[in-house]
Amino acid sequence: MSLLLRYREVILALIIALMVLGISLYAPPFGTLSNGVGVLNDTAFLFMMALAQMIVILTRGIDLSVAANLALTGMLTGMFNMVFPDLPAPLYVALALLIGGGLGLINGSLIAFLRIPPIVVTLGTLAIFRGMIVVVDGGSQVNTSDMSSTFAGFPKLELFGLSSVFWIAAIVAVLAWFFLGQTRSGRGLYAVGGNPVAARYCGISLPFQQMLAYGISGAVAGMSGYLWVARYGVAYVEIASGYELTVIAACVIGGVSIGGGVGTVAGTLLGALFIGVIVNALPVMQVSPFWQMAISGAVILAAVIINARAEGRALKLILPEARRAAAQAKR
Amino acid sequence: MSDPSIHAPSSRYTVADHAPRKISAILLRWESILVMMLAAVIIGNTLKSPYFLDPFNLADATYNFSEKAIMALIMALLILVREIDLSVAAIVALSSLAIGYMGAAGYGPVPLIATGLAVGMVCGAFNGFLVTRSGVPSIVITIGTMSLYRGIAQVSLGDQALTTYPQHYLDLGQSYLFDWPPTPLSFFLFLLLAACFAVFLHKTAAGRQLFAIGANPVAARFSGIRVDRIRLILFTISGLLAGLGAVLLTARIGVMRPNIALGWELDIITMVILGGVAISGGVGTIGGVVLAVFVLGLATFGLALMNVPGIVINVLLGLLLIVSIAAPIVIRGQSGRR
Repeated sequence: MSLLLRYREVILALIIALMVLGISLYAPPFGTLSNGVGVLNDTAFLFMMALAQMIVILTRGIDLSVAANLALTGMLTGMFNMVFPDLPAPLYVALALLIGGGLGLINGSLIAFLRIPPIVVTLGTLAIFRGMIVVVDGGSQVNTSDMSSTFAGFPKLELFGLSSVFWIAAIVAVLAWFFLGQTRSGRGLYAVGGNPVAARYCGISLPFQQMLAYGISGAVAGMSGYLWVARYGVAYVEIASGYELTVIAACVIGGVSIGGGVGTVAGTLLGALFIGVIVNALPVMQVSPFWQMAISGAVILAAVIINARAEGRALKLILPEARRAAAQAKR
Repeated sequence: MSDPSIHAPSSRYTVADHAPRKISAILLRWESILVMMLAAVIIGNTLKSPYFLDPFNLADATYNFSEKAIMALIMALLILVREIDLSVAAIVALSSLAIGYMGAAGYGPVPLIATGLAVGMVCGAFNGFLVTRSGVPSIVITIGTMSLYRGIAQVSLGDQALTTYPQHYLDLGQSYLFDWPPTPLSFFLFLLLAACFAVFLHKTAAGRQLFAIGANPVAARFSGIRVDRIRLILFTISGLLAGLGAVLLTARIGVMRPNIALGWELDIITMVILGGVAISGGVGTIGGVVLAVFVLGLATFGLALMNVPGIVINVLLGLLLIVSIAAPIVIRGQSGRR
């Protein structure tokens, strides 16, 4: 099984490589190193948000509130910065992690302790978080002119040409890889998603794993909120509207099973990169940006259907399986 | 019939059709809670604003939820069989696009309506085809088709709008079907369809099959229920009713832009969940959904009368959704429905 999974990620990487090659032949500026750096910088938010979403989906959950969380936390840190300007940037990051994580834990406790289905909870908190932005700021905006230099400058810092947002995403990826692969609670996420009953018998606590997953999802969304607001220089109610579906799409393309228990860090990163390449290729190919949505829709469908073929169709085989079982029972 | 022991009057062998009905059980039914919520909304709004109970005001209030409510009926059936259709709002956009092009080409109301319904139905059938053939969860498939359908509308129209429609068509969405009581066509169609759906779901064998699929699709398949065919039909109807929503909405607002009906899928799902349809399938009634439609619609209308901003109304409706689902679970203890 793990061989097959690895195989699938290699395939996805090859498809992305072919796509980049094809686009570069058609539009040579796309193949340059500086453009590649640009794509990575641009996709940085999607990398970390998709990883956080994967952690939730692993537990058979879904977090639709991430984009609203991003917008609310971004607004709150922006307003905090207006009151306390010129604090060191890591403090803003820490604050955003705390606020976002707190919002995520609200989701988590409703799901873990009241056992309300995740899609219901996060659908509700999506509306609540998004609306709270207007409630806290009275419908105004936070603009670049309101932001202090440490606040706004941090996401624009560069190392080897790559922005600090990208490096943070890279750290998130390494942490996610270590956490999911090497720690007890990380493996527990796969266990509760793969087989909740068996996980329970192994002494893995479902509520704990759920709190963990939604807390992480919220914290990453919150941190992205600060970075997003500071990088694009504006916080208002509509930022990242609908972004949760792009994030989920990245997971799905990356081979994360919506049924829980299946998904890898590498696959999710490739899924995000796939979307990032398409989004960035359209302007270079002088295709109207209006195409972006239609193309990503078609790509999602193609990717999931190919993935489903690879996984085989267990459900379709019910009757033949039953017949075989009956035949064996006779013998 | 031949074995008298089955019909022996011994209480030991009496099998009742249903558990004895207790008043507390009836009061704790989800629909009863919704009725109480609806009563609270109506009383609260009447006390707050003298304009709330005006029949013409109420009739105009129904415009804001009737199209969504029509789509909520079929969404309820989809969720009942453990499926979901996130692409409905995008289908509205694509159908409305087709209607807009037909209108711009100078066709009359009948071809416009037929086009809208046909495009919706084709989109829905495509969803159903993908879901039943690929075995991929419908939430994933319809996230994909949502982008695809709305993307096509965006590609075709860009930042333009379509605004040419025949007057007879616009009248459908902008005048009353009956003058007294004032009834818009969309609201009348909602009531009519709700009655049809209720009879179908609760009084026919085919309706019972949906509950069987929702409770256990594998067992349903083994019982000879054509699970995949039913799924395909439900998705097709979902597309058809989204097409109907597009016909009504386009006539009402008289303009088509690619962002038409943006985000409606979440509003519609909120109606269905508040209506007591379990997201895990197998539980739900049309009556509950209809009540939830009224609770949400009238609460929104009342808050708007009080000049509460739309986005704050969204916060309150989000809270209403979570609290109304959480409260019975807290009251009954930890063993609530999953």
